[in-house]
Amino acid sequence: MNAYRMRIALTAAALALAAGCAKKAPDQLPPPPETPSTGDTGQIEGAVVPGSRADFLQSVPSDRVFFDTDMYNIDDEDRRILDAQAEWLQRYPNVRFTIEGHADERGTREYNLALGDRRANAAKNYLQSRGIDPSRMTVISWGKERPEALGSDESAWAQNRRAVTVIPQ
Amino acid sequence: MNMIKTLLAVVAAAFAFYPAQSQLSVDVTDETSADLVIAVPSLATPQRAPTQAGSTDVLGRQIAEVIVTDLRNSGLFRPLGPGAVRSISHAEVTAPAFDYWPGTGAQALVQGFVQANPDGRLTIGCYLYDVALRQELTRQGFVLTPNEWRRAAHKCADAIYARLTGESPFFDSRIAYIAETGPKDRRVKRLAIMDSDGANHRFLTNGQSVVLTPRFSPDYKQIVYLSYIGQRPRIYIYDVGTGRQRVVTESANQTWAPRFSPDGRYILYSMSVGGNTDIYRISVNGGQPQRLTTSPGIDVGGSYSPDGSRIVFESDRSGSQQLYVMNADGSNQRRISFGGGRYATPEWSPRGDLIAFTKIAGNFRIGVMSPDGSNERLLTNSWQDEAPTWAPNGRVIQFFRTTQGRGGRSSIWQVDLTGRNLRRIPTPLDGSDPTWGPLLP
Repeated sequence: MNAYRMRIALTAAALALAAGCAKKAPDQLPPPPETPSTGDTGQIEGAVVPGSRADFLQSVPSDRVFFDTDMYNIDDEDRRILDAQAEWLQRYPNVRFTIEGHADERGTREYNLALGDRRANAAKNYLQSRGIDPSRMTVISWGKERPEALGSDESAWAQNRRAVTVIPQ
Repeated sequence: MNMIKTLLAVVAAAFAFYPAQSQLSVDVTDETSADLVIAVPSLATPQRAPTQAGSTDVLGRQIAEVIVTDLRNSGLFRPLGPGAVRSISHAEVTAPAFDYWPGTGAQALVQGFVQANPDGRLTIGCYLYDVALRQELTRQGFVLTPNEWRRAAHKCADAIYARLTGESPFFDSRIAYIAETGPKDRRVKRLAIMDSDGANHRFLTNGQSVVLTPRFSPDYKQIVYLSYIGQRPRIYIYDVGTGRQRVVTESANQTWAPRFSPDGRYILYSMSVGGNTDIYRISVNGGQPQRLTTSPGIDVGGSYSPDGSRIVFESDRSGSQQLYVMNADGSNQRRISFGGGRYATPEWSPRGDLIAFTKIAGNFRIGVMSPDGSNERLLTNSWQDEAPTWAPNGRVIQFFRTTQGRGGRSSIWQVDLTGRNLRRIPTPLDGSDPTWGPLLP
């Protein structure tokens, strides 16, 4: 967990540098993805099961890519993240997974469902272009129903406009 | 004399449109008219008798109070209810004390009775009088089971509203909506229904799966909505009578934004294929869907004209969300919104003359325009007002309002076409995605 947090912090710093401040990286860090403290997390007494969600989260710079308002294009920053994801996914060709698409709260509900779907598909198409079999990927849009950050400000909205690669536990 | 002059002034605008009607009337679109004062004493009973729903005299007062609430909430009337005026005898119901009522300030008077029948049912009558002219304007009578007494009250209020405004009635109708609880990132959402005044509230789903965007079938027997059962967003039809539900269309693609056609035979919905969302139509019994739009981009939120011949929808094919109208077969698509900003969630009025929408330009606001895009008017202004739904008479709109910030909550609101009569609809929990059904038969 500490190693993971550290990695996130480093990644964020790198993102901020790469972004040159004009890019879309959220001002604040998104909280770490949910990893329940109890139950099957893929971790056995500190060890990480290869091909598990925990392994994925430790192996890639981020499980998610972010988008500008109303946009769904994959930029250089996203490519770097998705390339690393693709590399991990190539190593575990039997892992089937879901790509969740999300939108910020400043859109109408049904349009946001379509927009979240567009974002998830953008990530899916990129991973496919990196050799990931589309039959392994399920796309689901949550629109604005499951925000990551709860505030009503640019920083929160930037964290919520996202496509998240969700590996089974 | 002053009162009569006031009344005439109030009436003037409406009079031009409804020359055949009584001089006593109010205009639902006149922004300057004063509220019409209307007395609604408790309904009388020929003989106090017990019923399943309480004794007839108690019901008489409750019915009057429901009528008062309906009329007051329309924003067009200043009712004097049972607490403000004296009770009447059963004999007075058809012979009002016309010498007495002008002294109360009332311009109109509603009287009625509740009678228990030998078969256990009730006969409920209500009468509307013009106080100054000493004249009956309309009357309504109902025979129903005691537990249906609220329906009689709404029907009576509807008769009064229709007679005095010249508009179609709307009180005797129902709302479906999404009841919400819990934190913003894990909202629990349940499908719920209630009468138009919030009474007879009932939850239909238990909140285990996220549910969104319900719409009543024209006969109220079914509700079509989006549910995330099994973490798969799919369109379901819920049967209100049996509580059972079924998937409308099996597809590996994501579907959302379901709407009934006005005849109840088709479902209009949107489906994404590889991130491109188009509008489709399918029989309520399933089968092969018909694709109606093909443009690259998001086409979503279709709504039929009341005659079923046209569909208004939103599309971002121009680069931002805008409103478009097409024929029901998908032909002749043309943009109608040009007022600047984005436009979303169009809903065609059941009366056909207007399209309601959400306008996004800074704030999210509810507005209306003619089906050709002219006469745009915004009715509300707050941080986030969204998703209008029309009252059966096409003169009142409900929508939901979301507040800003981490504790952001949503609630259901109502506004009329003047924009002046705005009020929150009380619900037991937070509420969103209201949908207003047709007038009950």
